[in-house]
Amino acid sequence: MLTQPTHHVAKPLSRRRWLAATAGLILGLSAFTPAKAADDTIKVGVLHSLSGTMAISETTLKDTVLFLIDEQNKKGGILGKKLEAVVVDPASNWPLFAEKARELITKNKVAVVFGCWTSVSRKSVLPVFKELNNILFYPVQYEGEESERNVFYTGAAPNQQAIPAVDYLMKDEEVKRWVLAGTDYVYPRTTNKILEAYLKSKGVKQDDIMINYTPFGHSDWQTIVADIKKFGSAGKKTAVVSTINGDANVPFYKELGNQGVKATDIPVVAFSVGEEELAGIDTKPLLGHLAAWNYFQSIKTPSNEKFIKEWQAYTKNPKRTTNDPMEAHVIGFNMWVKAVEKVKSTDADKVIDALPGIEAPNLTGGTSKMLPNHHITKPVFIGEIKGNGQFDVVWKTPGLVAGDAWSKELEGSRDLIGDWVGKKCGNYNTKLNKCGGQGS
Amino acid sequence: MLTKLFQSIHALAFAAVLLLATALPAAAGPFEDAIGKFANDEFSDTDEAIAVIAASGNPLAYSIISALQDGRLMADPDAKKIYVTQPDGKSIDALSGAPVASIPDSVAAVRLNNRLRRTVEAALGSLTLQSPDPAKRIQAAQSVFKSHDAAMLPAIDSALQRETNKGAKLAFSEARAAILLFKEDATDAEKLEAIATIKTRGDQEALALLTGLSGEQPPAIVRAAANATAAIQSNLAMWSAVQNAWYGLSLGSVLLLAAIGLAITFGVMGVINMAHGEMVMIGAYVTFVVQETIRTSYPGLFDYSLLIAVPLAFLAAGAIGVLIERSIIRFLYGRPLETLLATWGLSLVLQQAVRTMFGPNNREVGNPSWMSGAFEIGQITVTYNRLWILCFTLAVFAILLAMLRYTALGLEMRAVTQNRRMAASMGTATSRVDALTFGLGSGIAGIAGVALSQIDNVSPNLGQSYIIDSFMVVVFGGVGNLWGTLVGAFTLGIANKFMEPVAGAVLGKIAILVLIILFIQKRPRGLFALRGRAVEA
Repeated sequence: MLTQPTHHVAKPLSRRRWLAATAGLILGLSAFTPAKAADDTIKVGVLHSLSGTMAISETTLKDTVLFLIDEQNKKGGILGKKLEAVVVDPASNWPLFAEKARELITKNKVAVVFGCWTSVSRKSVLPVFKELNNILFYPVQYEGEESERNVFYTGAAPNQQAIPAVDYLMKDEEVKRWVLAGTDYVYPRTTNKILEAYLKSKGVKQDDIMINYTPFGHSDWQTIVADIKKFGSAGKKTAVVSTINGDANVPFYKELGNQGVKATDIPVVAFSVGEEELAGIDTKPLLGHLAAWNYFQSIKTPSNEKFIKEWQAYTKNPKRTTNDPMEAHVIGFNMWVKAVEKVKSTDADKVIDALPGIEAPNLTGGTSKMLPNHHITKPVFIGEIKGNGQFDVVWKTPGLVAGDAWSKELEGSRDLIGDWVGKKCGNYNTKLNKCGGQGS
Repeated sequence: MLTKLFQSIHALAFAAVLLLATALPAAAGPFEDAIGKFANDEFSDTDEAIAVIAASGNPLAYSIISALQDGRLMADPDAKKIYVTQPDGKSIDALSGAPVASIPDSVAAVRLNNRLRRTVEAALGSLTLQSPDPAKRIQAAQSVFKSHDAAMLPAIDSALQRETNKGAKLAFSEARAAILLFKEDATDAEKLEAIATIKTRGDQEALALLTGLSGEQPPAIVRAAANATAAIQSNLAMWSAVQNAWYGLSLGSVLLLAAIGLAITFGVMGVINMAHGEMVMIGAYVTFVVQETIRTSYPGLFDYSLLIAVPLAFLAAGAIGVLIERSIIRFLYGRPLETLLATWGLSLVLQQAVRTMFGPNNREVGNPSWMSGAFEIGQITVTYNRLWILCFTLAVFAILLAMLRYTALGLEMRAVTQNRRMAASMGTATSRVDALTFGLGSGIAGIAGVALSQIDNVSPNLGQSYIIDSFMVVVFGGVGNLWGTLVGAFTLGIANKFMEPVAGAVLGKIAILVLIILFIQKRPRGLFALRGRAVEA
């Protein structure tokens, strides 16, 4: 009978460390890329996790970039050269992201990288992109408070997703009480800090705001859903703003459905739940719960219908869904192509300088523009979950919203702007008129 | 608008008879205009249309509005025609009620948002107050209770007088109280009585109603409302303790289910099996495959999908378990570190294999009808899926215990784990027993996967989230003792659920881990330590 090693196993840390050590070993093999150096191609790096916890979301983005490269090559590539994808697998392991980024840039000599999902993976590769002076297109909605010379943020900043969603609930649903529920990491915490400041500026009292954090992959939502029901029984219209991320969403929505929390009583608006996440849930009990994004698959525009058709043909799956971060990659990729064609070079410095001001059509009928702070303009849509796992757009902003790198709601970032055109600075303090104001 | 609606209700019953005889002529009137508005695809137009139709007294009003609620009201934006698709699949023209052979392909369901859904619910409530079905009447009364629209008072009064069903009568009197409480010109005596009625109801909705009362009331009313609020709150606080206990039992049952297989492979055999979680995952994927097959080939069997999946998951996971034991683990007995590394590598291989086969996304595993929804006991909500999982877990535990106690294989297993050499010299084929024991533990992990697919996502990562918890339960309960696992799982579940409301989910989990570490320092062998020579071996 073994008793000794049990102590060893009971501590989660030991397992985590093994993960870091062996994941590289085992999975590095699968990510091995053939080194057939060909000077007649332009290499495009794809840095998305294909294994581990984030594979659920990031695999689709890898396919999207491959699809875009394929389409571009059909049109003859860029500058007379074909594009060649270099795919690596950082395996949902944040330090490995930095290693793989270095490998892409120094060994494979890629001209640009499309990649990352979580903020922590982006933060992990930042120093690499700065040191080796390359370009990263980051396609996911994030907490803001960042503007880097080498990074182009094609996902939503908080003012392009969270704030409009709260505005919608306040005006259209007359919500007076707020539950801010999130997974315990940097994106929900910063977003909730911004939302809390925003709600208070709109006259919401501290008593009417409940903030709740849960661990990654939380699966037992009974207590929290019961708490939400209780919080919602104070005679004021209540809504839940959810920054719950990843796998935890499915059990959360299942519990909501089973405990009978209906959207007509307590609507839940989510920032990380899209068509992909809903694919694992029976959405009939969730009718009317909301999500805020800059793109929905259900939006009927000719360019979106064309994109969906081509995407489903490319993946040979007529049911394959599309989602918001995919659209962000589409916009980012097209912007990069235009910038390269404009300066007739893939040199990082030239492309970085050319990108601000470049416009590319988005899939919802508008034209997005790269701003000097390296964020883009996007429309904001509020969609309600339908019985078939898709969203029905019930509200949208009148025009396109410009992404703020620094939130106007937070004390430390109110006076900061990112401006890589005039000021050549990512955190320029407009009060003190100097670069290098403090960040978040 | 709603007073008119009340008058219209009487007309409704008569008109329903007329409807069968003749389709109404389509003359332009408010009703016809309203119907036309559905084709505009504007929420504000739909809102106006609902109000007009609900008040119109038109015999089709109920079927139009209930079709709107269910997404069966179809609008043809080009021809400006509106159709009602009835539950049996046939369609009628919304204007005339005449059957339509086929509706054009260009139609789309009229869209709703949450605000309109509430309007629709209220309108339906007023239209179904006199439904022959008591459940529908109760539902209607509930929607009036929520909207407490003063215009509904006469309708509620007359419904209350005629009501014979006890439950419906109560619901109507509560709805009446809710209206009176918010009615401007109600007398103080009426309001006090209303407060008393709502206080007896005593649930969260009653609390919401009372706390939503505006401050500009006579002092006596304010005091009565405050007293009632306090009474309901203290009552709810008591129930919340019961609720925590139930949640704890439910969480405990999930922990037990995940850990029970590990209690055999790790607890009884001493194999540190890091791939245990992946056996759970395989069970969940078996459920998915079974449901998918049923969906495409035998849709009628969907409610039995889990019953079919349980033995299949046991066999699939068990077979893989035996394979793992024969090919890897048997070479590593007595070398815990190597076992740990090998099984952990194996867990990654299994995860990636499933990811390659089924894709990285979540797979949808539906709840059969008997596992969906919830019922109320007093003021707590018990969801059916959690209840069934608790029963299922206890049944699995009992069967396993009986198997170890009363079958020949069980006897051999106990003999081998207690004294391997003695058992071998008595003629037991120890290596066969090892393989079967490992297969049994894995198989039970597989059926745990069937149950967990009902509450968690079915993704390649499913197993990872349970492996730590499972080891925690087994170590805490005492290695080698099934009863220890049972007590350990429920203790941890209940402790977690009582800690969560106070400390939050993140801190609660950390606190539990710290407590276990401290406990293990004090009692290294867990709650129920095995005694005797076997332990020393």
